[in-house]
Amino acid sequence: MIGDRARRIEDPVLLRGAGRFAADTVRSGELHMRVVRSPVAHGRIVKVDVSQALLLDGVVTAWTFDDIAELPAIGFRLTPRPELIPYRQPVLARREVRYVGEPVAVVFATSAYLAEDGAELVDVEIEPGQAHLQADTEPIPWIDAEQATWASNTGDQVAAQDSEATTFVEEYGDIDAAFAKADRLVKKGTHRVFTTEARIGRHTAVPMECRGLVASYDESDQLLVVDGAAKVPFWNREAIAAMVGLPPHRVVVRETHVGGGFGPRGELYPEDVLVTVAAMRLRRPIKWIEDRQEHLVATNHSRGQHHRIQALVRVEDGFIEAMDAEFFLDQGAYVRTHGATVASLTASMLPGPYVIPHFRARARVRLTHKTPAGTYRSPGRYEGTFARERLVDTIARELGLDPATVRRTNFIPADKMPFERPIQAMGTHLVHDSGDYALLLDKVSERFDFPGIRAEVEGRRAQGELVGFGFGYFVEKSGIGPFEGARVAVDGAGQVTISCGASSVGQGVDTVLAQVVADGLQISHEPIRVVRGRTDLFEYGRGAFATRLAVMAGSAAAIATEALAEKARRVAAHEFKVSFEEVELVEGGVEVRENRAQRLTLGEIAQLLEPMNAAAMKEEPGFSADGWFRTDHMTYPYGLHAAVVSIDRETGHLAIERFIVGYDVGRALNPTLVEGQITGGVAQGIGGAVYEEFLYSEDGTPLCTTFMDYLIPTVREMPDVEILLTEDAPSPLNPLGVKGAGEGGTTAVAAAIGSAVDDALRIPGAITSVPIRPLLLRRLVDQVSIP
Amino acid sequence: MKPSPFEYHRPESLEEALGMLARDPDESKVLAGGQSLVPMMNFRLASPTRLIDINRVPDLEGMSVSGDRLRVAARTRHIDVQRNELPGPLGELLREAAGHVGHLPIRTRGTFGGSIAHCDAASEWCQVAALLDAEMTVVSASRGERTIQAADFFQSIFTTSLELDEILVAVTLPVLGETWVTGIAEFARRAGDFGIVTATTALNIVEGVVAEARISLGGVHEIPFRSEAAETVLAGQAFTPELVVAAAEAAADEVDPPSDVHGDADYRRDLVRALLPRAVRSGMGAT
Ligand SMILES: Cc1cc2nc3c(=O)[nH]c(=O)nc-3n(C[C@H](O)[C@H](O)[C@H](O)COP(=O)(O)OP(=O)(O)OC[C@H]3O[C@@H](n4cnc5c(N)ncnc54)[C@H](O)[C@@H]3O)c2cc1C
Repeated sequence: MIGDRARRIEDPVLLRGAGRFAADTVRSGELHMRVVRSPVAHGRIVKVDVSQALLLDGVVTAWTFDDIAELPAIGFRLTPRPELIPYRQPVLARREVRYVGEPVAVVFATSAYLAEDGAELVDVEIEPGQAHLQADTEPIPWIDAEQATWASNTGDQVAAQDSEATTFVEEYGDIDAAFAKADRLVKKGTHRVFTTEARIGRHTAVPMECRGLVASYDESDQLLVVDGAAKVPFWNREAIAAMVGLPPHRVVVRETHVGGGFGPRGELYPEDVLVTVAAMRLRRPIKWIEDRQEHLVATNHSRGQHHRIQALVRVEDGFIEAMDAEFFLDQGAYVRTHGATVASLTASMLPGPYVIPHFRARARVRLTHKTPAGTYRSPGRYEGTFARERLVDTIARELGLDPATVRRTNFIPADKMPFERPIQAMGTHLVHDSGDYALLLDKVSERFDFPGIRAEVEGRRAQGELVGFGFGYFVEKSGIGPFEGARVAVDGAGQVTISCGASSVGQGVDTVLAQVVADGLQISHEPIRVVRGRTDLFEYGRGAFATRLAVMAGSAAAIATEALAEKARRVAAHEFKVSFEEVELVEGGVEVRENRAQRLTLGEIAQLLEPMNAAAMKEEPGFSADGWFRTDHMTYPYGLHAAVVSIDRETGHLAIERFIVGYDVGRALNPTLVEGQITGGVAQGIGGAVYEEFLYSEDGTPLCTTFMDYLIPTVREMPDVEILLTEDAPSPLNPLGVKGAGEGGTTAVAAAIGSAVDDALRIPGAITSVPIRPLLLRRLVDQVSIP
Repeated sequence: MKPSPFEYHRPESLEEALGMLARDPDESKVLAGGQSLVPMMNFRLASPTRLIDINRVPDLEGMSVSGDRLRVAARTRHIDVQRNELPGPLGELLREAAGHVGHLPIRTRGTFGGSIAHCDAASEWCQVAALLDAEMTVVSASRGERTIQAADFFQSIFTTSLELDEILVAVTLPVLGETWVTGIAEFARRAGDFGIVTATTALNIVEGVVAEARISLGGVHEIPFRSEAAETVLAGQAFTPELVVAAAEAAADEVDPPSDVHGDADYRRDLVRALLPRAVRSGMGAT
């Protein structure tokens, strides 16, 4: 069962169109919320007048900042560095607007149409200021002391702040000493210093379902019920409770179906606070469904980074002695719930699969007048992997070495696992738990015949085509703790329910949990019911992010199942008056080994555990067991992406002809779902590498606010993704040996395509930024000297 | 992305439709396939207060040949143009061009006349209309029917010489003889997007000599651009691949394209150089 290509138990409902997404929750008497957004990137609010909107039939009320002035700025969920606190976002713009799309007012009406009509009548007057759009130029004054003090909300005075929200260093070894020797080594000819730059365009996730939330206060139950949550319902319950002034047990947050998460979806945004506060104040159900145009300016952006790397490299074999990196992260206008997560992950994961004895990364998180940024699938790794792998390619080409050999030279050797890097990642010690990086490279190059691909590329080049092959290597991280729990219960009919704190953003977590439990109980996974994403039905859950659920919830479910199986055997032993050792669990029942006719099904065992009988057996009533899994470390899956590309000389069109992924997931609980994750991840990686970028005019007006100008790859642009899954390095950190599969499809896409394009053009280091547009390729083609 | 309030009317005849339009032309809009108008209303870029849905009006759909002209009724769906069985170079051009219009769901709803009336410079049908000097048949309640030449019809971006009280009922195109070679080549970042640049070509090649040349370019000007420079290079010359390249050069020099997020002016000129010969080649059965 574990490891089977089992069918998704989620799909019968979804395929029949019976799913319940945020907008499918309809409550009688509901009001629709529409947000009035700033049309300018930066300016002083002169006036926000809602009086005309209030005159419209159907508009119930409308608020500006003054109406919600008592609400604090939105807090951090992750990586809450204290210096970031003054940069937090108010629920509605306060005195100033800082990006196009910033909420300045909100209208509540009896229909979504009337709400939008009302929103159009809100008179917003803003005195425009200069828009600051570059994160890699010198910081400028950003917020005054009054705003900083207000946003900090500690009662203490806080000084004015500039646009560098934070800068910090992750380092190990002795980088200064290493570079102090550099001059001498370079003169001697044994070493060279390489300096590279890499830019990753600002883009983000565009889940098929935009954000949305429906909240209503149930007077009879004395409960605020919030539907349509995603990703982190438990954390959001605490945050919402604090914002609306209720104790957490009076707030129920429920995840319905979720049409894709990928990082941005499910975080606590201004809109979520407004919906829940309005439900309390107006005592009517409040519904907000984000539209696509809003999504593209209001939901977290991501990725915009500029890296500079200096590396001291041994000439003989390309060994990287030292890497000194600095990067600028374009945070946008505020620091949202992710705090410094992206910067922190970028810095700590930058060394990737390589030893690199001396390392330093300086992060600079800078504010700009753009939509605030947060995490997006493979945050920090997509960016860092592009920067690092571009460097490694440059080293190989400049030193005339084979790019695969240079990587092998630098890999952490398998016999050094677990390998500790003395730095932190997401607040944990970074320990590569297991891995054989060279083995995966061997296996992938054998399975897909890299030498054959190279030969074919050469042959086509000889015919005058611009074709290239390249790859990138990466290490991912997954399974962040600290805890996840699961309860497995069997009823008198023998039916199994798993309850847990996991969330599903559509990735198939129900199926995988059902498989784990079915495996332990030797039953079919299909009838199992999975209850998750509901704060009223489980006690704790950290959420669906950071590729953590297969590891965390999967392990908890395995532990719970084991406890349940033990209880089943105790009951059966008692019933048949034999010892515990004499019974075993076989296909959904417990049998006496020596006399198989003596068998109790799980349903019969549940019946025996009704309270009176259970007491006689000295068992707790009810047939259920809890399992909790705790870990202090993450697991580190790894992989390789390779691409064959061709370039049309005349138009600059880039065709991704082949895309290959090798990925070691430790143990694939369901290979089909792992492959699905990888394929979808590759599509998003291709988006960032080739198509997607939020561009701005000089005054900070976003130029990409519809799918006409923000291009996501479709099925027509997608190559078949060829995947080799391996299980060579099970994680020693959890009972299943599993590592995560959620992000490794995305991580090295830009790196691989950049490498393949360089190769096609035969201009080493030609690609230093993504997305790679046809316009750029058209210009580069003119520099190609080979006919 | 919800439209402003509007009245919805669904007339059952052309007279009724024209009468409704005449009542308040400034505030009214004709609704055909809705594939351009409805998104614009949802974005509130257009806020007509009266919609006159012509989908129930009889005799507005279908293609027919009469003499040497093909008549495409205004409400003919893109998909039906794509499935036309008209023999010869015109039928071929229409089939090929239709394949570039959006995606299947858009082609099953969007209409030929809607595209022409909408006047997007990148639209395939506007290109074809300009290329072949189409004639637009339009009617109003008060002034009856009139015919407008393509050269007078397309005025500027999203603007035609159609009066506010007029309905486009049909477009006619010349049925091209067998000596004509037609072609289209388009460059878009993704399948189904509007072309960044589109080239449509029609050459009448008689005994190896280009007797007449028509070149229309999309994405380089606010309306479809007939490249006189390229046509001049080609006309009267012996047809060779080099001649086509020279024509493409002339067209690239002649155009003054806009810059936007999809490409700047120089890049669009490069695309003209690339696509014009491809359009010609596609018509000759090669790509
Ligand atoms: C995702 C997407 C991709 C697309 N890609 C392309 C593409 O690649 N190429 C392309 O050419 N188009 C494309 N389109 C647009 C599509 O072809 C539209 O169908 C077309 O532009 C308008 O035709 P319609 O029938 O839908 O007109 P409508 O949207 O109903 O109307 C458009 C305008 O024309 C007016 N109008 C319509 N019919 C008449 C008439 N008979 N008389 C007077 N006025 C009239 C309307 O009042 C309105 O102003 C795309 C659309 C979408 C949504």
